[in-house]
Amino acid sequence: MQSLPRNTEEISNVLTLCNEYKIPIVPRGSGTNLCAGTCPTEGGIVLLFKHLNKILEIDEENLTVTVQPGVITLDITRAVEEKGLFYPPDPSSMKISTIGGNINENSGGLRGLKYGVTRDYVLALEIVLANGEIIRTGGKLAKDVAGYDLTRLFVGSEGTLGIITEATLKLIPKPETKKTILAHYTDLEAAAKSVSKIIASKIIPTTLEFLDQPTLEAVEAFAQIGLPTDAKAILLIEQDGPAEIVAKDIERIIEICKSENAVSVEAAKTEEEAEALRTARRAALSALARLRPTTILEDATVPRSEIASMVKAINEIAEKYKLWICTFGHAGDGNLHPTCLTDTRNKDEIERVEKAFEEIFAKSIELGGTITGEHGVGVMKAPYLEMKLGQAGIAAMQAIKSSLDPNNIMNPGKIFAKETRKRVVVSK
Amino acid sequence: MSTLEEKQLIQAEFKKRMDENKLLNCMRCGFCLPTCPTYIESGFQESHSPRGRIALMKAVVDGLIEPDEDFERSLNMCLGCRACEPVCPSGVNYGHMLEEARDIINQNKKHSFSANLVRNTVFKGLFPFQSRIRTLTSLLSIYQQSGIQKMVQKSGMLKLFPESLATMEKILPKVPNRKEMKQRPDHLEPLGVKKKKVAFFSGCLMDSMFMKTNDATMKLLQIAGCEIVIPKTQTCCGALHAHSGEKNDARELAKKNITAFEEADIDYIITNAGGCGAFLIDYDHLLKDDSNWSDRAKAFSKKLKDISSILVELDFHQKELTLPSQIITYQDSCHLRNVMKTATEPRMLLKAIQGSAYIEMKNADSCCGSAGIYNIVESEMSMKILDTKMVNVKEANAKTIVTANPGCLLQMKLGIEREGLTGNMRAVHIVDLLLEAVGENS
Repeated sequence: MQSLPRNTEEISNVLTLCNEYKIPIVPRGSGTNLCAGTCPTEGGIVLLFKHLNKILEIDEENLTVTVQPGVITLDITRAVEEKGLFYPPDPSSMKISTIGGNINENSGGLRGLKYGVTRDYVLALEIVLANGEIIRTGGKLAKDVAGYDLTRLFVGSEGTLGIITEATLKLIPKPETKKTILAHYTDLEAAAKSVSKIIASKIIPTTLEFLDQPTLEAVEAFAQIGLPTDAKAILLIEQDGPAEIVAKDIERIIEICKSENAVSVEAAKTEEEAEALRTARRAALSALARLRPTTILEDATVPRSEIASMVKAINEIAEKYKLWICTFGHAGDGNLHPTCLTDTRNKDEIERVEKAFEEIFAKSIELGGTITGEHGVGVMKAPYLEMKLGQAGIAAMQAIKSSLDPNNIMNPGKIFAKETRKRVVVSK
Repeated sequence: MSTLEEKQLIQAEFKKRMDENKLLNCMRCGFCLPTCPTYIESGFQESHSPRGRIALMKAVVDGLIEPDEDFERSLNMCLGCRACEPVCPSGVNYGHMLEEARDIINQNKKHSFSANLVRNTVFKGLFPFQSRIRTLTSLLSIYQQSGIQKMVQKSGMLKLFPESLATMEKILPKVPNRKEMKQRPDHLEPLGVKKKKVAFFSGCLMDSMFMKTNDATMKLLQIAGCEIVIPKTQTCCGALHAHSGEKNDARELAKKNITAFEEADIDYIITNAGGCGAFLIDYDHLLKDDSNWSDRAKAFSKKLKDISSILVELDFHQKELTLPSQIITYQDSCHLRNVMKTATEPRMLLKAIQGSAYIEMKNADSCCGSAGIYNIVESEMSMKILDTKMVNVKEANAKTIVTANPGCLLQMKLGIEREGLTGNMRAVHIVDLLLEAVGENS
């Protein structure tokens, strides 16, 4: 069943009823998430936000924008940029995703390295709790320590604690200029090493993206913009800010890439060319779906200094289980997307996929990383959450969940697995 | 509505005929959503989006849902504009899946006697026969020229028809009479140096109702330096058949056309209707399972080119082109853009015209709502889409809306009429405008 509320009060009424009759409720924006977060796996009501899609206010004195949850992320970006302001989080699906979804999943994006993720820009929320009560957290404030930081608790809560009905987001002045370069490598690890070295040289680029050869080929098949498909890996690097600083940083980055054996480093000549490169990168995951019937994407994230070790480990694991794993991702912030190209109908292969990913997760935790950097737990990673949090960690989270949602109506079946280590893709 | 038995048949056929690999190819990222006119105009309903329709098709194959009325509704509501395809990073071929699904539903459903009669008359009795199309057009000619049209319009009897049909009656072009339609050339020499030898696909409606536009097309080809052959045995492209779930009829027409064109020793086959062109270029897909025809179909498809594309290739835009001062805008033909991948060439040609100013309207690449017979069978949605389109046309301040397909042309004329802008704004086919621009200079 669907519910299409038009305001906070209606949502409150829906939740009051659901709570009374113990009906599961699943909030859904545009359904672009990558963790099965909006699948109504336990039935109930799917709550849609298509009527709540307005930008309520752009406050140029406090540098904030206040929005309803159903606004498309890119619409916010465009609206604030018209006023010379900047909302940095840019998940690859920003053309389609809603801000409500971004907040609930704490989405990242290409600019995460320098500017952080959605969490870093949420100042205040209006929330309807499971019992129908409406609360407001935070404010247009740089400082606010009045009690627990509920704003941060709800960001990334995946719809399991309450329904976000309004958000005030922090804006910053729009950077003056931006430069985009592309470095080609004949060796994966050389590319990964360049990443660590750039950061170690105390330069924080806006974007530092990594694509391996098969990903490049799939992306080029779609975008047809002349990407170097013969390179073993590329880095897409961007820097923004005042012109002279950008020029200096980019020059230094080019030097570093070359010293780490980049075959060539090219700068985008126009903004159109740069945008084509970014668009191509954003299409990477979907483009990989060309190659085989099923695409299983992961989100393993490690400290930046460990990028080279992680890339190496992923390739070794792929070889060990005889799988086709392509890797791309936000190398600059340690967030990789190893993506396995497989076929759900092939049982034997899928079993190997699961084993491989379990090893990848174990490796990333061993390197001080996590099982998901920006996609969320949802159903897909629930069985692995304990690897990262331990039993006590899970119990602490469950205590929060059960006190705010004692009847477990809010997006049930997400984050917390019924049992550990049983993958969803083969549960059929 | 389908009976229980029909539903079971349809479901079984879905399992058998829908390519599971292709269904799985859609990984449901939603990159198609912002480009889908019906998703947007329906108020963001997933079931009226490409991602939603593919999910529904897969659910029918997997036996999770039955092919009920809602499912059919979702497929019928699709314009088939295929705007979702160029933006799909996974390369999902949505158009082919839609066509297959519609064919399955149509072939396994008993239509009412009257619906059958109409379908048979139109698809089997009319379109395959150019002579009958001529007869129908000449009747229209008599209607327009004898004064009957004026009488009918005055009588108010058009009020009995749905609004879009009644308006449609007003905007039909002035059609040629039977004699004019019979005297068609089959070979034309280039004017000046011969650069290419091409065959012209004249089309069924284009060579009757829009005969003037066909004449203009051939004239431009001659000016550009083409020797033209126009095979007499060619027939309707079959697009309307396939889009309405009559794939077998479409295959028969395809074979006739392939035979008609393969004898001539030519560089290209030229079309001037995006809708026909996109279907002709897909003949290789239509006949891929027929070993006797697949290679011949491939050879046919390879030679296909839109008029704007060959004109640019032959540097027509370098010629002196002039028009009186006016703002021109271009409405893409969805099939020309999304299937034939021809979008820059028409714009290059229009921008090359001196005297007029080309202004790109917002969302020119989005469907106008014409979509074959969609504007008649799904009138409500079609008019919603058209109204949105007209807002963008007006914003561009255009005097002349240029199109590249007869369906789009009529729809834009309809838009102008509905907005009460007749006299202030016009819609033209690109070749007619180019001929006007080349004028005495040629």
